[in-house]
Amino acid sequence: MLCDLRCRTAPVARFFRFVPPRASTAPLAAYIARMTKPTTLLDARAVDRTLRRMADEIVEHNGGTDHLVIVGIERRGVQLADRIVAIIEKQEQATITRGALDITLYRDDLQTVGPRPVVGRTQLPLTLDGKRVVIVDDVLYTGRTVRAALDELADFGRPARITLAVLVDRGGRELPIHADVVGRTVEVAPGQRVDVLLSEVDDRDAVVLADRDAA
Amino acid sequence: MIGPLGKDLLGLDELSKEQILLILDTAVPFKEVSERQIKKVPTLRGMTIVNLFFEASTRTRVSFEFAEKRLSADTVNVASSGSSVAKGETLVDTARNLEAMRIDMVVIRHPASGAARFLAQRIDSNVINAGDGTHEHPTQALLDILTLRDRFGDLAGRRVCIVGDVLHSRVARSNIYGLKKLGAEVAVCGPRSLLPNAVEELGVQVFDRIEAAIEWAEALNILRLQLERMQAGYIPSLREYNRVFGVTSERLDRAPHDLLILHPGPMNRGVEIDSDVADGPHSVILHQVTNGVAVRMAVLYLLAGGRPDLADAAKGGGR
Repeated sequence: MLCDLRCRTAPVARFFRFVPPRASTAPLAAYIARMTKPTTLLDARAVDRTLRRMADEIVEHNGGTDHLVIVGIERRGVQLADRIVAIIEKQEQATITRGALDITLYRDDLQTVGPRPVVGRTQLPLTLDGKRVVIVDDVLYTGRTVRAALDELADFGRPARITLAVLVDRGGRELPIHADVVGRTVEVAPGQRVDVLLSEVDDRDAVVLADRDAA
Repeated sequence: MIGPLGKDLLGLDELSKEQILLILDTAVPFKEVSERQIKKVPTLRGMTIVNLFFEASTRTRVSFEFAEKRLSADTVNVASSGSSVAKGETLVDTARNLEAMRIDMVVIRHPASGAARFLAQRIDSNVINAGDGTHEHPTQALLDILTLRDRFGDLAGRRVCIVGDVLHSRVARSNIYGLKKLGAEVAVCGPRSLLPNAVEELGVQVFDRIEAAIEWAEALNILRLQLERMQAGYIPSLREYNRVFGVTSERLDRAPHDLLILHPGPMNRGVEIDSDVADGPHSVILHQVTNGVAVRMAVLYLLAGGRPDLADAAKGGGR
């Protein structure tokens, strides 16, 4: 069975290579724990604060809430979009159209990686003609997901404008894509990974910087 | 080139429960693609698929073609009449010649049981069985099961009866394998001359009277009386078959509960099924046809692509 790209379980064995053998294993375990301990970039309150600012910026950028459609990318983008919609609806006393996008069928790596075992659902208004669409995702990295999302949106009509809002921009773009609304920009060293945890899917709200191979 | 289903889809007998559930779960989001204004996703762009149909078919061929086109694959249809098959070319030679033109998949329908496997062992392309003789018709059974799942949810313990010409039916065989693997209770009902010998060994109940089957079952999958395979005199007459085994609204009205009515088509109205049942409120026959496209899209998707040797390199690219 194929493994999801965001799969979080990987052995810590790699680290043993850098560590000289010692008489006791206790200092070794402490060393590994220190080196692989994830750094929290945003805690739950900071995530909430950041989303509120992003919601404000989205409304500002689009000159209000008219024709606004907020579309989350599966998976965690959908939950973020729902939270942003809730914030805007409360503040602006307006109803916002929301959508969900699964870009699996638009990926450019089917021939190499093979099919993803589970394809999610795409739920969008029947037509996006003339709408102001905001794509919401958790982490902006290579830009390939956004490229696929743009392709998919084009199949649903001709929006007046498409903008991109991400909770974390971690750099490392492989395509000419940038975000219009950014929650937090992070410098990420090679071999590190940014994880967005949301209470709807995970056990808590947080953004953490972890080693790519750490559990 | 091995995906989660392996290289080919030849029958449900050789799939695991998990693989069947994977196909059904994958089919659900594909339904949405057919509801869009632009009914197309670029998933299989650049792949060439040959539909090799050595037997008459409307639904299955059109359904496969829609599925292929909605995934952006390029398709070629080859029928036995009007091709070199009519000049006596063998199946393998036809397929190898097509393969020399660089194709990626073959969908085959053939009157001989085992033709799909025979071909799969001899060519590198993925092979999908679209019905081989009286052996299996896996995508039809998958769409039947998807339709049942849409209504029932989990199929464990649900009672499904397959009615009619089980002897000649590849649909019946695939349905029995698939339903049993998902934990459903399966029965067959029909004249003994149209049931395979020792059909009980497949783990199904046998009903000799349609009334008893209707009383027991929650869903009836009514098979077509295959008139073209009936030269040997399996039944006295169509009229008598209808009188004894036809599914009529009078018989259904006497049942203690409503039954879901399935039929793989094409129907002989007034023989195995009456018109008012086929068009009645409990018939999901057209729903089956809609699901057929989604199931076939899922199968094509799951068989396509996938070079595990390159997967690790691509993983460095991240999201």
